[in-house]
Amino acid sequence: MRRPLTTAVLFFGLIGTAFAQDTQSFDRIERGRYLAVLGDCAGCHTAPGGAPFAGGLALQTPFGTLVAPNITPDPDTGIGNMTNGEFLTVMHEGRGHNGKRLYPAMPYPAYTKMTDDDVLAMRAYFATVAPVSNRVVSNQLPFPFNVRLAMAFWNGLNFTLGRYQPNPQKSAEWNRGAYIVEGPAHCGTCHTPKTFLGGDKNSVALTGATLQGWFAPDITNDPRKGIGGWSKDDLVQYLKTGTNKWTLASGPMAEAVTHSTSRMSDEDILAIATYLKDSGEGGASAKPEPVAASNNAMRAGAAIYKDSCAACHRDSGEGEIHLFPRLAGSALAQSDDPTTLARVVLHGTRAVATAGAPTAPAMPAFDWRLDDTQVAAVLTYIRNSWGNAAGSVSASSVASQRATLAKTP
Amino acid sequence: MARKLPAKDVVIIGLGWTGSILAYELAKTGLNVVAIERGPWRDTATDFPPAYAQDELRYAVRLDLFLRPEQQTLTFRNNASQTAMPIRSFSGFLPGNGVGGAGIHWNGQTWRFLPTDFQLRSHLEERYGKDALPADMTIQDWPVSYDELEPYYDRFEKLCGTSGKAGNIRGQKQAGGNPFEGWRSSEYPTPPLKQGLGATLFAEAARKTGHSPFPQPASNLSQAYVNPLGVKLGQCTYCGFCERFGCGNYAKASPQTCVLPALLRFPNFSAQTESEVTKINLDSTGKRATGVTYVDTSGEEWEQPADIVLMCAFSFFNVQLMLLSGIGKPYDPQTGQGVVGRNYAYQTTSSVSVILKDKILNPFIATGAHGMIIDDYNGDNFDHTGLGFVGGGYMGFGQTGARPIQTRPVPKGTPKWGAEWKKATAETYQRACSLATHASSYSYKDCYLDLDPTYKDRFGRPLLRMTFDFHDNELMMSAYLTDRLADIAKAMDPVEITASPRKGPYDSTIYQTTHNTGGTVMGADPATSVLNRYCQSWDVHNVFVPGGASVFPQNHGYNPTDTVGALAYWAADAIRTRYLKNPGPLV
Repeated sequence: MRRPLTTAVLFFGLIGTAFAQDTQSFDRIERGRYLAVLGDCAGCHTAPGGAPFAGGLALQTPFGTLVAPNITPDPDTGIGNMTNGEFLTVMHEGRGHNGKRLYPAMPYPAYTKMTDDDVLAMRAYFATVAPVSNRVVSNQLPFPFNVRLAMAFWNGLNFTLGRYQPNPQKSAEWNRGAYIVEGPAHCGTCHTPKTFLGGDKNSVALTGATLQGWFAPDITNDPRKGIGGWSKDDLVQYLKTGTNKWTLASGPMAEAVTHSTSRMSDEDILAIATYLKDSGEGGASAKPEPVAASNNAMRAGAAIYKDSCAACHRDSGEGEIHLFPRLAGSALAQSDDPTTLARVVLHGTRAVATAGAPTAPAMPAFDWRLDDTQVAAVLTYIRNSWGNAAGSVSASSVASQRATLAKTP
Repeated sequence: MARKLPAKDVVIIGLGWTGSILAYELAKTGLNVVAIERGPWRDTATDFPPAYAQDELRYAVRLDLFLRPEQQTLTFRNNASQTAMPIRSFSGFLPGNGVGGAGIHWNGQTWRFLPTDFQLRSHLEERYGKDALPADMTIQDWPVSYDELEPYYDRFEKLCGTSGKAGNIRGQKQAGGNPFEGWRSSEYPTPPLKQGLGATLFAEAARKTGHSPFPQPASNLSQAYVNPLGVKLGQCTYCGFCERFGCGNYAKASPQTCVLPALLRFPNFSAQTESEVTKINLDSTGKRATGVTYVDTSGEEWEQPADIVLMCAFSFFNVQLMLLSGIGKPYDPQTGQGVVGRNYAYQTTSSVSVILKDKILNPFIATGAHGMIIDDYNGDNFDHTGLGFVGGGYMGFGQTGARPIQTRPVPKGTPKWGAEWKKATAETYQRACSLATHASSYSYKDCYLDLDPTYKDRFGRPLLRMTFDFHDNELMMSAYLTDRLADIAKAMDPVEITASPRKGPYDSTIYQTTHNTGGTVMGADPATSVLNRYCQSWDVHNVFVPGGASVFPQNHGYNPTDTVGALAYWAADAIRTRYLKNPGPLV
């Protein structure tokens, strides 16, 4: 995918002519395919091992289970009968066939920023994929959340309709990055903190949020909690290969890298990096005092670390580039919410494999070997060693993570 | 009745080192490749993570990663006058099992054979005369030369990231390396591992006695490394749990750490695990294979048609499958005719245990290929005139760990149990070390593999039968080498040394090594070899044994894996650049 940046920017001005375009032109279908990559549509709408876009991936939300529908052109079970206008309404307003209200697991609060022309290009692409007959019951939420009308109320509180408005003070590259991050790539769906109703807290956009048992980290330029310590090139490498000198993508981000970021064009990845490195520092935070090394949890944690972690992550916490994530100076290790940390220690995780970094090393599970107090101690140690400083992790928070993990496979 | 699967271009039997290398090289060309593996899938983080990889009881004593005799075994006898009995508990050698094969549990010792090893018979006859070799010794020249194989050794070492110090780069001697080795096109991919005190003391003693010590080449990496396939390996932690263990730190080269991540990205590659190939099927002419038949865990039989069949199992099982499939003429020890099963060979090892004074050796800080070695007595690096034997081996300090259950050195005369034994163990552990020789095992007319007339496997197929014993040549060599090693040990200022040269008869219940070679040997003459110089069957042109140790015409004084890997690349190149263009006999 090599598309001149100027062309990409031009699309902002082309909305009026969108409907006049040939929906079967190669350029348009190919652009739609690429937009589906930017939007990571396959991440939800293609079940692991399933037919492309035939639906079926269950999303665990705080409100219950939603299953991504079939978006192949099958007329009965897919979107073959949907008009272009209906497709625009889905993407921009979160209203499906016959005005049925969608849940924002479908990230229409982000897709509403996409141009009509981009949305219709996606539509042109989806019309070309193999139709698959697969009936999906999307709404598996319990009462009262299964009442779709409630979303009218939710939208009133949490949803702002409207296309992306370029910032004329910034470069075309910055604007392209902003458009991708806020629009198709819907980064905030995971990385922006949520209100109790699940809406985005846009005042603290991209400062990190917990979902599906993972903490999606702060991706603002905050030097301590965010990606302030990463160079633009670090960020580009991470999005392209799933790893850089700091860390390796795993969990939901591994899926996003596999289906989406590793397949983006170099220009678009650079645009995203340009935007994120220039998107403020979130809630610029004062560095807390580290927990004293003499603290009992720290002392126990140091012994556990030496025994169970140092072989890979090293005594210095430096790890090994592209193999074992660096813990010293790691923003994720020091994040306020230790959900991911507890999760990977308890259950382990596997890094993403990409063409540029095929190794896919994995963190083994320690749940059978370390009790809650021990996991809390070693995490407290990791969060407060080698210059790191972050709050202690409590055994009770590890216990609740353990209980949650036991319930979800 | 086997159910027939859609045809593949290539079927690979066994997904260890040679299977994974061939799969990668051929999948890269776009061929559809399926590997059928008898054992389970194995993965570093889930099967041997650092949280329990160092479990000596589970892995070293209970042999968790190895083949279970209930699944497949062989029978053994020392000579043809005996009745062979089934091995019901592997102990003398340990065939691996599962994806990765022996490449998981190996020590990482990564040696090239000497240039003269490849012309063994002609070299020895030229130097010592035709009468110097025993009449029943059936050693023969390899059909490839060291010079031809060098680029492939280089490729395998770069795949592994092998740590070491070259002794000869393109004919230029290099200080600190092995002065006897064949030329290398480049330095080792990573520098040598750091040496412990025991190895350092041995090296001093070896130098003092006029020898040339050098660090053992190791595929347990001294530093992190990205191999040419883009796969990253980590740095060895010197935990001392390599032999019989999987490496949880991504630091020991294995199919898992070097090949599989890249191989699995090919959509035209697939693996069928826990499925045992029972037969290679031939067409009506018997000159072309049509594929293989295998049985899955449910006992269902499947036929996998394929244009090329690659036999990549452990040496014994390549031989057994060839015999069962009627490929090549079985060897008859009476007449010396026939080839399949001929020239089975092993390795001749011995040890010198040393107890030092007032030393703290910390012997547990180790790797599987960690130590200082001399090569002065390997192959034909020394004059054998008047010695009464040919062959040789490397020797030195190469202790692979000092794991608590199996490493309990005590002085001579210590009781085998009780308070005195405990006291002696505590006093001795830190100042004891074991030196070893690792030497050749030449082939003989009466050492061979065939099908057992009595015992059958779970499918009703005859088991493979091993007939093997040490010959005087090897025992004399071991006595000589062990004496030389004891001489060096004496220069270490020991309080006690115990030299244990190898004695006959061969005992299959005492672990010596898993370097079982021969049976499907490669050669220039179809009358004395199963495979031509490209590891291709002389009889069935689309069957290859691409580099497993069963292709060795005899075994030399080094560990086999580097040569196995080099031959895998050599065979892969022949298939890619010659066979695919014009399928048929390459010689």
